[in-house]
Amino acid sequence: MTIDTGRRLPDRVSGGEGETGHLEELRVDPIGLMNRVRTECGDVGIFRLADKDVVLLSGSEANKVFFRAPEEVLDQAEAYPFMTPIFGQGVVFDAPPEKRREMLRNQSLRDKFMRGHAAIIAAEVEAMIALWDDEGEIDLLEWLAELTIYTSSACLIGPRFRDQLDKRFATLYRDLEEGTDAIAYVDPYADIESFRKRDAARVGLVELIEGIMERRALEPPVADDDRDLLDVLMSVKNPDGSNRFVADEVTGMFISMMFAGHHTTSGTASWTLIELLRHPEEMALVDAELADLYSGGDEVSYQALREMPHVESAIKEALRLHPPLILLLRVAKEDVECEGYTIEAGQMVGASPAVSNRLAEDFPEPDAFRPSRYLDPLEEDRNNPWTWIPFGAGRHRCVGQAFAMMQLKAIFSVLLLDWEFELAQPAESYRNDHSRMVVQLAQPCVVRYRRRAVARNTQGAGS
Amino acid sequence: MRIVVDRDLCQGHGVCESEDPEVFVVGKDHRVEVLDPSPPESRRSSIEDAVRFCPTGALSIVDD
Repeated sequence: MTIDTGRRLPDRVSGGEGETGHLEELRVDPIGLMNRVRTECGDVGIFRLADKDVVLLSGSEANKVFFRAPEEVLDQAEAYPFMTPIFGQGVVFDAPPEKRREMLRNQSLRDKFMRGHAAIIAAEVEAMIALWDDEGEIDLLEWLAELTIYTSSACLIGPRFRDQLDKRFATLYRDLEEGTDAIAYVDPYADIESFRKRDAARVGLVELIEGIMERRALEPPVADDDRDLLDVLMSVKNPDGSNRFVADEVTGMFISMMFAGHHTTSGTASWTLIELLRHPEEMALVDAELADLYSGGDEVSYQALREMPHVESAIKEALRLHPPLILLLRVAKEDVECEGYTIEAGQMVGASPAVSNRLAEDFPEPDAFRPSRYLDPLEEDRNNPWTWIPFGAGRHRCVGQAFAMMQLKAIFSVLLLDWEFELAQPAESYRNDHSRMVVQLAQPCVVRYRRRAVARNTQGAGS
Repeated sequence: MRIVVDRDLCQGHGVCESEDPEVFVVGKDHRVEVLDPSPPESRRSSIEDAVRFCPTGALSIVDD
């Protein structure tokens, strides 16, 4: 008998004795499970997901190992099996790391395109508000999920494509997002209701896009400047003259381009508004800031790119308390050392924004909504780069962060200048639905809107 | 003043280029190129903005 003294393996969290380990608990109370890992095991601990170990890291030192590791060591490709049926084969995660890095660098997210995006977003919000009466109610999930389908398709694919979409696309898209049950870790094609709806939704999206492609094929070509990404993809031909990319592949590409920025932005807009309505003193600061910024009649496309300390801090605080992604995952391709423990090749490795964002040592009063923690001199986001992680960190940091912040600032500029909101349910009744890997606001999530008696700025918001 | 780039963190957003195009260029390969790694003091303000607004925190200034 030999005793291996060179390796210290992480402790395992209690529970999860059944065949699928902690899978059931992950589907019901994922944040409770992950907090228990930290309480019982510390910065490095293990829970079981079906037949796999997940080494869950938390705290600055351990998170740094997670976020600094190159793709070749901690790989994303196999970590999200619930995404493959949504994107389709051959898209995003079904490519080698180097290739993926190139694909993920979306040209349209570069700084120099932001002002054009801001104008598009402001116009999309205006278009949806134009359907409102002077007062009424909206379901935050439905309203913002639809809005962000239009904004992300217009900015990332092009206005021409966006103009050919309607609410059907948003409805099908939500079925995709709801088809992310963690049961995918046992079988991504299990015969359950949400996966059947997911697969039917993907078929429906392919049909919609195929229809758009067929109509375009019959139209005269548009000027080069008006071409969108779909025109570009349709211009790539096989030697026999047929399209290089069929509707199924185009749909997969578009779904994947829009996925990262959709439920995340829509959820964050919802939570920012909910938290501001729960904290009227913070809403007053935001209102005053916007009224002041737009008093000169500037357009949203201009102001949304500038600093809005109170609006930005409210968004950051909503992101910290309600991160849209609660568990980031990788697969270890080789043994990795972390705080004296060995993570073994083949194990999954996780970092949790939901856990790390609320560490009391980094964020005093961690459960309180306190936007002032981002203002000078506290700057708790900048000072905790490895634990303030709603956008992840390091080399995998969300490439859409700047776009997301601009988009949220543009949305709130238009919404709050001319409209007042109030909660239509008890303040504590708003919550997230954690039964899927893609976290969404649980319904009902209704707020009331009312046109302000005196519109404070008609020119700027109406751009 | 020296500009230091953490290549592990740079994602090529080009915010630095917007802040100071005479010091930073981000090419089609999405890699930042520092045109003047030891720029004059007169550029400090715009370079500090580039450091501050870099979305990935990849830039820093070292005063030797």
